[in-house]
Amino acid sequence: MSETSEANGQVITGTVRLIHAVGMHARPAVKLTKLAKKFRAQISIRASDAADWINAKSVAKVMALRAARDSIIEIKASGEDAEAAVAALVDLVAADFPEAGQ
Amino acid sequence: MNLHADIAGSAYRGKTASIGFAHGPFVRVDAAVDCGRTVGAPNDEETALRAALVSAGRQIAALASAAGGEAALILEFQVALLDDEDFLAPIFAKIRAGTPADAAWTSALDEQIADYNSAPDEYLRARSSDLTDLRGRVMRTLHGGRSQAVEIPRGAVVCADDLPPSQFLEIDWSRGGGLALVRGSPTSHVAMLARARGIAMVVQLGAVSDSAKTALLDGEAATLELDPTAEQVGNFERRHEIHRKSRAAARAILRRPAASWDGEKIRLLVNIQRVEDLNHSDAQYADGIGLMRTEFLLTEQAGLADEETQRLAYDTVLIWARGRPVTIRTFDAGGDKPVPGFTCDNEANPFLGVRGLRLCLARPDIFTVQLRALARAATRGNLKVMFPMVTTPEELEAGRELFADVVGRLRAEGIPAALPELGIMVEVPAAALTIEQFAASFFSIGSNDLAQYVTACDRSNGALAKLLDPLHPAVLELIGRTAQFGKRAGVNVSLCGDMAGDPRCIPALLSCGVRELSVNPSALAQVKQTIDGLSRGGGRD
Repeated sequence: MSETSEANGQVITGTVRLIHAVGMHARPAVKLTKLAKKFRAQISIRASDAADWINAKSVAKVMALRAARDSIIEIKASGEDAEAAVAALVDLVAADFPEAGQ
Repeated sequence: MNLHADIAGSAYRGKTASIGFAHGPFVRVDAAVDCGRTVGAPNDEETALRAALVSAGRQIAALASAAGGEAALILEFQVALLDDEDFLAPIFAKIRAGTPADAAWTSALDEQIADYNSAPDEYLRARSSDLTDLRGRVMRTLHGGRSQAVEIPRGAVVCADDLPPSQFLEIDWSRGGGLALVRGSPTSHVAMLARARGIAMVVQLGAVSDSAKTALLDGEAATLELDPTAEQVGNFERRHEIHRKSRAAARAILRRPAASWDGEKIRLLVNIQRVEDLNHSDAQYADGIGLMRTEFLLTEQAGLADEETQRLAYDTVLIWARGRPVTIRTFDAGGDKPVPGFTCDNEANPFLGVRGLRLCLARPDIFTVQLRALARAATRGNLKVMFPMVTTPEELEAGRELFADVVGRLRAEGIPAALPELGIMVEVPAAALTIEQFAASFFSIGSNDLAQYVTACDRSNGALAKLLDPLHPAVLELIGRTAQFGKRAGVNVSLCGDMAGDPRCIPALLSCGVRELSVNPSALAQVKQTIDGLSRGGGRD
């Protein structure tokens, strides 16, 4: 809803609970990073109040989160499509990483 | 473990990863010996690694597209890593600082592998073999070698320390064969691939001899026999034949997608008495575990199993289920299941006595140990917990309070714990008649006890067998009420008594609105077949 110029310097955030039965494992991590890479925004995530934010486009980093089931995933993004990116990633996690339906 | 070294052929026992039988040439596959390569200038090294990564990516993509399905999904993780700049950047930085490409690559991967290997979670540990796989493939490419030189004949029993998924996919399994791993894990990606292909696979065999001509691999008994005697072969063939016969009918049915009736999916789960019941070859086809009994933990040789033993049992089942729901019932002692030191002696009528949740609430010393183990296991999979023999909502709430308290205390101790979904067994008529008053996440109808209480017939008294009819309209009425309430309120209802596995009862249960049945693994095929027949034959009007 915001103009590109406004959104540019702005950080969009979102939070979502990880309901995946075995936590952030290989397949969820691959899906999350694949989706993140579709956006130009810089996207970072962290799990359950960890100190560090990590790059949501790095599968190695996302796996290293070791996020367990029921952890709260925070997502923040900045850049032109940040808002759409956060919305899409929140949806993906909330819907428990559905098989791509394209 | 060496079973009997005294006979001619040596035999080993491991853990089942995939059920199947293989009799064929024994082939030992081990990591290729490092053949040196000439190290170039940093620039050339960087180019060499880039090229190797691209080439490895292509090889993996080709394997994935040839194999499809599950295999493709498994290999996606490796493809994603090859495309992860955050992961690769430090490797290239090292190369630019003068480290040879192969050393920079291996040390980065070794670090990751060690990290995964030290994870407390078996799933994560199993991922280390995907990384070993990737490490090896890129190294082989970097060294200019094509993959694996070892020729593997079809139908071979392949033995390795561990085998990565992509190497598994390069082997021709079209004539069967088997995989015997010295280490390995039943939750690894390779195990999933082997199960999907019906390839026998046994893991954690321990030290296995390097030299043998032929081998027998029995995925069911988890045994590997090398250079077997005629007698060993004969026994193996007999076991195989028994397995084949019992599976022949069931397999066709079980492999079909979930049963459905009236356009609705019928979920079929299994009941288990102990962890080993999961070794039944049909259990893998279930949609989950509808009832895991825990009384076996009360009667260990040393008495009540401690928290760690219990947690391990729950954990093993959750890992086996791979995300499918697992419903564990808290101790259901008393009634016809007396436990010395736990249940009350001298009850005039134990079936109407202090049993199930009643007993657990009366003995928090024993109950708390179980709740602690369950709360810890709950962080590891799709766990649901149900209380047996519940009469009033207050009992459920008392159990919940105790459970929440246990979770709070564990967390205060710094131990990861979660409160799982809580449900109740519906077996006391009073509960079935006031079902809407229970704030349960799910209901599981225990039709054996429900029928005995509704018909006032002791189910251990043979003289009443005829009168104790689970199809009595009063029993069906209570089952129907529960199912209908569940449907209205959006609360899952399943049925885990003997009725669920009885083809005579299934039409009535489906008509009552029950859409989830939990049966013994050995009944799974028959139940699926029955439902299939009903849906095709128009079992409803």
